[in-house]
Amino acid sequence: MSKIFQHLVSTAVPVPIENIDTDQIIPARFLKATTRDGFGENLFRDWRYESDNTPKADFVLNNPVYSGQILVGGKNFGCGSSREHAAWAIGDYGFKVVVSSFFADIFKNNALNNFILPIQVSEDFLDKIFKAIESNPKAEIEVDLENQFIKIIASGEQENFDINQYKKTCLLNGYDDIDYLLSLRQEITQYETTREFNF
Amino acid sequence: MGKTLFDKIWDSHIVMSKPGHPDAVYINTHFIHEVTSPQAFDGLRKRGIPVFRPAKTRATADHNVPTQDQHLPIKEALSRLQVEMLTKNTSEFGVELYGLGHRFQGIVHVIGPELGITLPGMTIVCGDSHTSTHGAFGAVAFGIGTSEVEQVLATQCILQYKPKRMKIQVNGTLGKGVLSKDIILYIISKISASGATGYFVEYAGDAIRSLSMEARMTICNMSIEMGARGGLIAPDDITFDYIKGREFAPQGADWDKSLAYWKTLHTDNDAQFDKVLTFDAADIEPQITYGTNPGMGMGVTRHIPSLEQLEEKERPSFKKSLDYMELQPGSGLLGKKIDYVFIGSCTNSRIEDLRLVADFVKGKQKAADVVVWIVPGSKQVEAQAIAEGIDKIFAAAGFQLREPGCSACLGMNEDKIPAGMYCISTSNRNFEGRQGPNARTFLASPLTAAAAAITGRVTDVREMI
Repeated sequence: MSKIFQHLVSTAVPVPIENIDTDQIIPARFLKATTRDGFGENLFRDWRYESDNTPKADFVLNNPVYSGQILVGGKNFGCGSSREHAAWAIGDYGFKVVVSSFFADIFKNNALNNFILPIQVSEDFLDKIFKAIESNPKAEIEVDLENQFIKIIASGEQENFDINQYKKTCLLNGYDDIDYLLSLRQEITQYETTREFNF
Repeated sequence: MGKTLFDKIWDSHIVMSKPGHPDAVYINTHFIHEVTSPQAFDGLRKRGIPVFRPAKTRATADHNVPTQDQHLPIKEALSRLQVEMLTKNTSEFGVELYGLGHRFQGIVHVIGPELGITLPGMTIVCGDSHTSTHGAFGAVAFGIGTSEVEQVLATQCILQYKPKRMKIQVNGTLGKGVLSKDIILYIISKISASGATGYFVEYAGDAIRSLSMEARMTICNMSIEMGARGGLIAPDDITFDYIKGREFAPQGADWDKSLAYWKTLHTDNDAQFDKVLTFDAADIEPQITYGTNPGMGMGVTRHIPSLEQLEEKERPSFKKSLDYMELQPGSGLLGKKIDYVFIGSCTNSRIEDLRLVADFVKGKQKAADVVVWIVPGSKQVEAQAIAEGIDKIFAAAGFQLREPGCSACLGMNEDKIPAGMYCISTSNRNFEGRQGPNARTFLASPLTAAAAAITGRVTDVREMI
């Protein structure tokens, strides 16, 4: 998984369903691995495959018309379980960006910690993206992190998105939170001496 | 201006706050389990660093353990490997483990409180979204991902942006047969599965205050199901009485000093919340969910919304959900036949839950074609149930009392609801496939679940008590 995200032009894969929970992204029975690798093959497992493992033809990941590094989902994407395996599955499958009109908090953190960019857009703009892909599955989307915009290239429609400056710097440069926290060890030890309680 | 309880605790745990940066927040207690920790320990190994404060992390095996024959080796190879990995990691890094066979083993959110590890004023995290449970003690407790587990192991801190604050006030008195599970299912059904995203919730009001600690835990547990970062309740005498004398609770002079501090843990009168919601306990009837997220719930006597009652753009997701459940818009659930009853999970597997169910079913028999699983939250809950003879009541009713673990709440072990079957469950999530591929879940209280176990159908428990 790349530890840097700056700019991307890609087609996108639409999953226009609301409240996509992390149990759908990666069901619990696939959480038994003790490494971070290989979760992509079970991404959206039960929407993607029948119980006898034959692909479900009507699910978007099984439709060769759709491909790309951008996953577009409905409102409240990533709700439910805190399993970071959901972000690992999305990243392992090859997505670098997830677009929705609303993200669950824990998923958003997990995605960012894996250098996957969650982009929250307005409901209107989300509709525009879904429509653009519906009318042309090869429609390209541009994502520019430095300038914080997402653009439907064919129509030129674009929207700015928010990201906190700290996380933006991490993604642009490949820094992670632990590097930063480890640099604070002296402050942490100092804080501990100020605690009045032994808990 | 005064501060909210949440602000008091958060602010007193900030190690570093820099403009543009998330706060570095000190964590008092870190719980880990077998599923979301192995990759974090691997991260430490790759960096060549130890666990910074090993005494502040406690481990148990719960998500992926069998609930029968726990004294035997785990049959399923991957599950066994994952549980063994936890043993290896905790031993190598010096972390205390309450693994299978240990008298303290159990669901992580059950054992923390029952052992007196969870205390008011603490910051508590765990790689599990239901860590919000511990908020019932007036702690700031929330679920985290594995990268964050690694942060806490490495530095005893976590980087977080401070959430907004919401107060949810529940006034009045609960009706007959209405439990704290019904309060929280009702609130989520009113504000939706994303209604509290971005907020930390404080529950208040006399309906909350009158609840036992275990009932309060059920409420805080499901805060995440409306998207909240966490939920807490100011500690009071009920809290202090619960903690006193527990295995790891402060004692002697430590207790006195702690108690004096805990009594300061309340929201000041002039503190401001970003949002306040108020509900009346008298409006709450026993609840049941009908869809595939916890916001899709209603009173057990009500009808599922019809498509016309929804906005057009909500209809496709709603329809997909009901198709999965094989239910019709506009229909009621009373009398709907069910196949399984699951009483367990970090939401409702404590001794009070088991007592309540035992009192209700004593002298009754389960419906012939229903399978009933009772999964206690911990070895201590199991031992207490046996000491009180509750196991015999369950056996006489035809209920299976199993061994502690997360079990059919998430179907990671072999406790799965078969495809197409309906399960009335005291757990916290009714997502598609949550309890097993193509299984269908109705979330409800332990009483409503127990009533269904007896009748074999979705039942208004108020008519049976």
